[in-house]
Amino acid sequence: MADKNLLLGDEALALGALHAGLSGVFAYPGTPSTEITEYIQLHPLARERNVHRDWSCNEKTAMEGALGMSYAGKRALVCFKHVGLNVCADPFMGSAMTGANGGLVIASCDDPSMHSSQNEQDSRFYGAFAMMPVFEPSSQQETYEMAREAFDYSERRGIPVLLRLTTRMAHSRAVVESAPDIREQNQLHYPANPRQWVTLPVNARVRNRQLIKDYAAFEADAVSSRFNFLKEGPDKSLGIIACGIAYNYLMENFPDGCPYPVLKVSQYPFPRELAKNLSGMTKTLLVLEEGQPLVEERMKGVFPTGITVHGRLDETVPRDGELTPDAVRAALGLPALPAYSASQVVAPRPPALCQGCGHRDFFTALNNVLKDYEGARVFGDIGCYTLGWMPPFHSLHTCVEMGASVTMAIGSACSGTFPAVAVIGDSTFTHSGMTGLLDAVNGKADVTVCISDNLTTGMTGGQDSAGTGRLEAICEGLGVEPEHIRTIVPLPRNYPDMEKVIREEIEYHGVSVIISRRECIQTLKRHAKK
Amino acid sequence: MKKDIILAGVGGQGILSIATVIGSAALEQGLYLKQAEVHGMSQRGGDVQSNLRLGTEPIYSDLIPKGGADLVVSLEPMEALRYLPYLSKEGWIITNTTPLVNIPDYPAMETVLAELEKFPHVVALDVDAIAKDLGSPRGANMVLLGAMASVLHILEPEKLREGIRRIFARKGDAVVESNIKAFDAGLAYSQKQ
Repeated sequence: MADKNLLLGDEALALGALHAGLSGVFAYPGTPSTEITEYIQLHPLARERNVHRDWSCNEKTAMEGALGMSYAGKRALVCFKHVGLNVCADPFMGSAMTGANGGLVIASCDDPSMHSSQNEQDSRFYGAFAMMPVFEPSSQQETYEMAREAFDYSERRGIPVLLRLTTRMAHSRAVVESAPDIREQNQLHYPANPRQWVTLPVNARVRNRQLIKDYAAFEADAVSSRFNFLKEGPDKSLGIIACGIAYNYLMENFPDGCPYPVLKVSQYPFPRELAKNLSGMTKTLLVLEEGQPLVEERMKGVFPTGITVHGRLDETVPRDGELTPDAVRAALGLPALPAYSASQVVAPRPPALCQGCGHRDFFTALNNVLKDYEGARVFGDIGCYTLGWMPPFHSLHTCVEMGASVTMAIGSACSGTFPAVAVIGDSTFTHSGMTGLLDAVNGKADVTVCISDNLTTGMTGGQDSAGTGRLEAICEGLGVEPEHIRTIVPLPRNYPDMEKVIREEIEYHGVSVIISRRECIQTLKRHAKK
Repeated sequence: MKKDIILAGVGGQGILSIATVIGSAALEQGLYLKQAEVHGMSQRGGDVQSNLRLGTEPIYSDLIPKGGADLVVSLEPMEALRYLPYLSKEGWIITNTTPLVNIPDYPAMETVLAELEKFPHVVALDVDAIAKDLGSPRGANMVLLGAMASVLHILEPEKLREGIRRIFARKGDAVVESNIKAFDAGLAYSQKQ
């Protein structure tokens, strides 16, 4: 008997993976991907089957762990936000070269419009880059089905599958009907082609030629995939290519059915043959895709002259930002619905650090000290504390990517910046800050590294943080002198002590670490309820 | 039939508890549903919304088009105004009147209320005060759910009560009853208008 549940796209993906006989999920939290792993962590089937489901230190360790599980013949899932794919780009590219033994699915959740991210990068480019198939579901139901199918496909073709969601799919709920059969987990078994897993040039050259051949087969699979289809329409003045969730925004605008022929694409490599069939029907094409113009760029120049391609590049669709039903409506040349204009009374309400948050007290104390140092520069990092850039704090000068606070402080200190202060959270520190701190120690850099430790991964909702309880030991192990590893408790009554410690460590011309430690008030509230 | 609802508020107010009850009732009734939520950075005291779409036919888009919302339901009065461009010309605004002031330039309350009064279909009520009077200050969200129930149509009030019973069942009978009372108070208020 099929089961119906109201699931987020993230949860539908997780359930599909569990039902496909998953043996392990490997992930680092990141919006909008976090709920995939959390759903598996709480699912009774995962407990019953002892599915690996601990958070990894970062996306690279996650990707490598999953690759090891695939090598051992079992089914593994990797999850992260789009920029996490940059962190694990090396093992990701490598996994296309080794191929998959047990099914290996890499879920990368993109965030167009940057609701909670630093860029809009489109993970589909990585698929083409690595010569890996990409699945991009258009509904929560399809997400469940494609997750299941991705594992079968991965094993059948011996290749990892990149499964791409975007924010609206990841964080939107719909009724999902799950299939009654739950597949058994794989038994331990090693690859039939062991040479492929040692990527020495002598093996890699052979594998690369094979992969190029396979990629053509992946495209043939995409042409015949049930997730891709070409639907006829009576009005041939326009042909539409709609990828993933863009298909929904298209259909939303035609409640009685789309009058134009439509190619819906959810499985890549891009099925060029289907596009050629579509182009045979019309002289004008409109490409609707969430994210960057990957398909549109590939369409230009492919067809005989006389076929025009519209999309993001000519701004028929907005060049950046996520798709909306309104943006697609305008691209189709349909009039907007009658609507009220925006109210002049409404003031912006940006996100802010919570009242009572320890980061607030840390920034207050830091600002009090740094007002005496005209040349001070504070290198920030990724987490709740990035909000320290906002009023009333204005404490940060940079924020780029995970771990960059420590290493950018080193480079800037070498160039004459004083004081060069890094501010990094505890989870970000164990994600990507530790290696930078070792650089600082080895180079005897004049930096003050402040770890604002709230004992959790706060921004994504309070997941375990890999170094909790061991930060001092980690810093000491990396070679920071014990007398320059200082711990403070960020509370208003401690401002004088905090400022004294910060001042002393700035005045020490070497590597200092200040750990400002107080539990996240969100997790504190949750713990108090238990 | 379909109903497009924008649920609005400030991160931490708990607009999703309203969505959860409606979702449970919709699932039980076999309705189609899509509900886009906000997670991540914006939740930290910023403006948040959820696009909730219910229908007797399949729903494609997770997002409601501008001018398409049948209801804007808000736990905060200025936040109700933020989504005016999404409200259909025939749509309803159902809003709490208690402001949540966590920004320095929050407009004067009279201006906010005067702006709300310009629209033809508005139910504005102090859900915090009503919930407090009932002795269940944590039931404010259910008062608001009750207030929207009279214009929701696609789900009868009794179906929503059943949803409340299902969602809060594991918290015990007392919690269920106080939430039902809050719901009924909101419903009675909107019916009087």
